[in-house]
Amino acid sequence: MTTESPCCPPRPAAKSATGCCEPKPTEKTESCCPPPAPSSRSRRLPAQETTDCSPTAETACCPSGPKNDRPGYRLCDYVSGWHKSPVGEVPQIGSRLTRADLLGRWQMRWGIGRQRYQVTPGLYALGSPDASSAVLVSANYKMSFDLLRRSLCGRNLWILVIDTRGINVWCAAGKGTFGTEEIVRRVKACRLDELVRHRNLVLPQLGAPGVSAHKVKQGCGFSVSYGPVQAGDLPAYLDAGFKATPEMRRVRFGTLDRFVLTPVELVSMGKISLWMLLALLVLGGIGPGIFSLSAAFSRGGAALLAYLAAVAAGAVLTPVLLPWVPGRAFSLKGALVGGSLALPILPLLGSAIGALNCLALLLGSMAVSSYCAMNFTGSTTFTSPSGVEKEMRRFIPLQAGALLIAACSWVGTAFL
Amino acid sequence: MSQMRYLDKVATLELGIDRCVGCGLCTQVCPHGVLEMTLGKAAILDRDLCMECGACARNCPVEAIAVKAGVGCASAIIYGWLTGKEPSCDCGGAC
Repeated sequence: MTTESPCCPPRPAAKSATGCCEPKPTEKTESCCPPPAPSSRSRRLPAQETTDCSPTAETACCPSGPKNDRPGYRLCDYVSGWHKSPVGEVPQIGSRLTRADLLGRWQMRWGIGRQRYQVTPGLYALGSPDASSAVLVSANYKMSFDLLRRSLCGRNLWILVIDTRGINVWCAAGKGTFGTEEIVRRVKACRLDELVRHRNLVLPQLGAPGVSAHKVKQGCGFSVSYGPVQAGDLPAYLDAGFKATPEMRRVRFGTLDRFVLTPVELVSMGKISLWMLLALLVLGGIGPGIFSLSAAFSRGGAALLAYLAAVAAGAVLTPVLLPWVPGRAFSLKGALVGGSLALPILPLLGSAIGALNCLALLLGSMAVSSYCAMNFTGSTTFTSPSGVEKEMRRFIPLQAGALLIAACSWVGTAFL
Repeated sequence: MSQMRYLDKVATLELGIDRCVGCGLCTQVCPHGVLEMTLGKAAILDRDLCMECGACARNCPVEAIAVKAGVGCASAIIYGWLTGKEPSCDCGGAC
């Protein structure tokens, strides 16, 4: 599955540090790279497929490196050279993803290094496009860019990357950054009307919440065709004459799609968890002798373990098991999963820890798991803001209440 | 796997059938097949599947569709409550 993370980074992206990808040749330099020639091992395929795209194929004619750099500029490693066009030389890219690209994608799943994970907005040439080649629009989030080019192996297309501040298509569309104004601006800045004979832009369907197709046409003269949801369906879409099947226009949210979103949920609980750790240590030490450091660590430590288990229940287990857990509200699902994990161990621990501690464990697990699951609503593909708000108004008081009872019960046991 | 459903009867999707010119764009951009074309005009097939992304309303050339689109993210909504502003993804914390 190739779903991007739908949730957005917290900070507006810093200005792109890499000016390296903007070609500004001051004099006419001969491109060192002829268009990628079919490798000797590839079969001659009809239509556009003339390059062998298998992982074992030779790299495009010009691996990046000092050979292709220009004085004062270094090429990004996904740019293999320069492609001549009526609007100047355009960076040429390929469809192969390197180890560095895959590593970057893995890092994004954990929320590492988001600021740097961008592509400079502007025009790129995939293969050797010409005046009749289609123009595909992408966000400048590198994962969007990589998923797009990876699916277009062997094709010759223009890729217009717009500035979405390093945010993926769907999130940016929701915020308006993958929007009408930016597209119109970028089309004009890149002089697309001089580049191609046709007047059509292919947009990802998930850009639609931010783009008004008729207003784009009014603004820059280019009409908008909405491509499929998944980049992987693009070859079929293009070959069918820019037509999508109904299935291509649906967003699916399978188990693997949900699972890859869980690391970032865990990471987002990090800050609250540090505060929770502090609170548990302080509360754990409270007892008849006002405060005991050893109790803080032993009781607080045990509570911390319970807390971490509940976070895992709400932030990882509930999302993965989402369709099979009863209830529509995510808070309810989280509470059920947290409760189901705590309940079986109560009989085992009951005699050792007492009834009040069992109550604290059960309610605390349910409250924390419920809260974490509730936060997953922001990462799904089907929850509505109206529904999330309704769910929050109903369940946050319940979560707070359960947590309070749990805390009181637990601290109370120190005095018994 | 069949489509997942969220809460019922909360979606704010409204369709003004009189203004509809039958262009079909709303059915193209909806990620959940909420709308369909019937007898040359749009119709809401399953309102409870609507996630209020706003794509249909934004792309209707005659503004026949209205929906209260927004950020469906719990932390963003909490941030909106605390600061009195509209929920947004620039919430300062993890989104």
